[in-house]
Amino acid sequence: MAEVTLTIDGRQVTVPAGSTILEAARAAGVFIPTLCHDPELSLWGGCRLCVVEVPGMRNLPAACVTPAAEGMVVYTASPAVIEARKTILQLLLANHPMDCLTCGRNGDCRLQDYAYMYGVRQAGFAGERHQYPLEEDNPFIVRDLNKCILCGKCVRACAEIQGNYVVDFAYRGFNTKIAPAMDTTLAGSNCVFCGNCVAVCPVGALQEKHLRSAVRTWEVKKVRTVCPYCGTGCTIELNVKDGRVVGVTSTDGEVNGRALCAKGRFGYGFIHHPERLTRPLIKKNGVFEEATWEEAVSLVAEKLAAVKREYGPDAVGVLASARCTNEENYLLSKFARAVLGTNNIDHCARL
Amino acid sequence: MTNPISDIEGADFILAIGTNTTETHPIIGLKVKKAVRHGATLVVVDPRETEVARLAHRHLRLRPGTDIALLNALAHVIIEEGLYNREFVESRTEGFEDLKEVVARYTPEYAAEITGIDAATIREVARGYAKAQNATILYTMGVTQHICGTHNVFAIANLAMLCGHIGKPYSGVNPLRGQNNVQGACDMGALPNVLTGYQSVVSEEVRRKFAVAWGVEALPEKPGLTVGEMIEAAGRGEIRAMYIMGENPVLSDPDAEHVVHALEKLDFLVVQDIFLTETARLADVVLPAASFAEKDGTFTNTERRVQRVRKAIEPVGQAKPDWEIICLVATAMGYPMSYGSPAEIMAEIARLTPSYGGISYERLEKGSLVWPCPAPDHPGTPRLHVEKFARGLGKFHPVEYVPPHEQPDAEYPLVLNTGRRLHHYHTGTMTMRTGALEKHYNQEYLEINPADAARLGIADGERVRVVSRRGQVEVTARVTEVVPPGMVFTSFHFPEVAINKLTNPVRDPVAKIPELKVCAVRVEKIA
Repeated sequence: MAEVTLTIDGRQVTVPAGSTILEAARAAGVFIPTLCHDPELSLWGGCRLCVVEVPGMRNLPAACVTPAAEGMVVYTASPAVIEARKTILQLLLANHPMDCLTCGRNGDCRLQDYAYMYGVRQAGFAGERHQYPLEEDNPFIVRDLNKCILCGKCVRACAEIQGNYVVDFAYRGFNTKIAPAMDTTLAGSNCVFCGNCVAVCPVGALQEKHLRSAVRTWEVKKVRTVCPYCGTGCTIELNVKDGRVVGVTSTDGEVNGRALCAKGRFGYGFIHHPERLTRPLIKKNGVFEEATWEEAVSLVAEKLAAVKREYGPDAVGVLASARCTNEENYLLSKFARAVLGTNNIDHCARL
Repeated sequence: MTNPISDIEGADFILAIGTNTTETHPIIGLKVKKAVRHGATLVVVDPRETEVARLAHRHLRLRPGTDIALLNALAHVIIEEGLYNREFVESRTEGFEDLKEVVARYTPEYAAEITGIDAATIREVARGYAKAQNATILYTMGVTQHICGTHNVFAIANLAMLCGHIGKPYSGVNPLRGQNNVQGACDMGALPNVLTGYQSVVSEEVRRKFAVAWGVEALPEKPGLTVGEMIEAAGRGEIRAMYIMGENPVLSDPDAEHVVHALEKLDFLVVQDIFLTETARLADVVLPAASFAEKDGTFTNTERRVQRVRKAIEPVGQAKPDWEIICLVATAMGYPMSYGSPAEIMAEIARLTPSYGGISYERLEKGSLVWPCPAPDHPGTPRLHVEKFARGLGKFHPVEYVPPHEQPDAEYPLVLNTGRRLHHYHTGTMTMRTGALEKHYNQEYLEINPADAARLGIADGERVRVVSRRGQVEVTARVTEVVPPGMVFTSFHFPEVAINKLTNPVRDPVAKIPELKVCAVRVEKIA
């Protein structure tokens, strides 16, 4: 494959021809901030935060959309670059609520990260601010367009990951906003609430409803596991705080990447549902009564043994579960065959 | 699946049969959409106009249960026009002449009469599939939940072998399995005729191996009963006790009222679950199980990928992981069973199961493994049947079309089809209790075609009664062209619309799968 060699901040980097300056910088371990860029989505070049200085070029080009060229010299942190980035951040903050104290994305927000990194404390520009109402008329996602920086990642995620094209840019100039057709709420559109837009939003404009109101981003422990619903086997991260699962986020799953469906991302509430069974139950005179594990297990053992003794092992049937783990299904098969002595074991594979 | 999920993106022809992919397997649906965006041809075979059908270049709205007539006609065209892969058929398969003989009768015109799909479309799809560089077939329960479910799958496999669209990337015969660990439960021998890795209980050698490992004198050799057969045996008083772990047959199995009668007749029923399900309510003892978030283990997905499930929190209340409960019960019955962790259980599985032989928790920490993975240094096998079929030569199994068991008649003039919705899952035990999904999709509907609705005087949103020979439910009508005239559809997620009271428990004689996709019903307006 053809390669090009360029110099980034004094370092020689060789990358495949066709790579962008951003890709070359990342390959070399040089940091360039981005807001609208995502390796999985099409190139946009809209936020301009990734501008770099390339002597000989008329302006500061956006690294995410500028091809690396042979012999190119790139400065990623020159005074002109830093000034440009600060100005971009000031312009974004000029129309961004400064409510980080209560924002659900506090601690996990790119705008906040870069403002901190570049020391941008104030907007620096005074002007009109959006006053959009908070959109929370669905049970999954909270949309706060006041926080939207118009990076368009949600538009591209909906089109390119989910393939549904539900949202796009609407209106013009200062009035530009992300909206479904006819500028309805998501609930009024044909959105399926996969939340794949939430997963790519760099700021607090799109947030998981329950997760972001329950915990602060740094309080959760993320546990990588597998979705409990269909047979696709998507990787999910259970967000845990104080021994409770408070949400699900997506990560770099082997099967699904960052994509999830509404069930995988928002279907975790059953874990702590008040109707969960928490004690063994024994039915006495038609009514369930709570029992100890010892009582329940010995009753099960006694009854199964009695049926086996009286009617033979094949008078017992066992249903394993397509919902349980491999290890559990293996053990139940072992139990049916080695302990009960029957091959009467099946599960709902056919249903 | 013979091929990995990621292969779908690279296919240039996708034949999706009896799969509502974007609703029932949304993430696999994304791969289908991506392939289409990149120029793949998508053909969907489904009586309903699902989302994926609307994305298709050709939507073949066949009459329910006529898949074999269609698939045989596709094979007919491919053979007649000499489009089949001669080299593949000659070097990799056997029985081609038998197939040729059977499908000779299935001209597109003949199939058109049976399926309702015009002959020209059948020819076009056959040519598209045969001429594609890489064609993949996806299917789910729309293919299998018929009295001819096994034969439907044979007909699909015949087509793939005929064109050599198997044993190579971006192709294959790909059942999309519906539950997180249905593949694993089968792999683990939670089936009446096999032990782990599909080792037959009939084989003395296999039984001896397991008996030695499990420290018992002998293991039963007679294959056991499937779910449906167990329920029937319980109804006859032959099964006297049942142990049910994490299943809800009262809502999931056909002819639900019969299921309830059968379970009530048992001398003893123990149910181990995370909620007091409709089935658990019938139990004598209910054992509280830990949810997936509360235990370690592995799930095996539809592409045979074994992945780690990790414990995130302690079990709620006094609930215990199912594996611990099984150990307690086995020990109480005089068979001491104890493991320090699921990792130890997997080590035992690997020792006894050739296809899982190289799988260990240590390796899974670094990433998933796709079986067959016979040795600790084996990388796993994402694609099956490359260069050679598991049995050597791929065998064509010619099959004949048989109509569904229950046909519409004057008394029950409509066909009921059942399936899933995007925002819910199976019997609703979990998705009705999330605080989100059930709020968004909070009521079930019966899809009915405007022509049928008009004839019956039913308006959108009106309450109707659906009645079959076995039972009835009340539900709200949704008048829509998603279903063709003559068909109604609903899901089995909502306990208040327990549609399996109506469905037909008649089974495929080989796989014993019930014909949930076709039963005759009538719809009455509730005055």
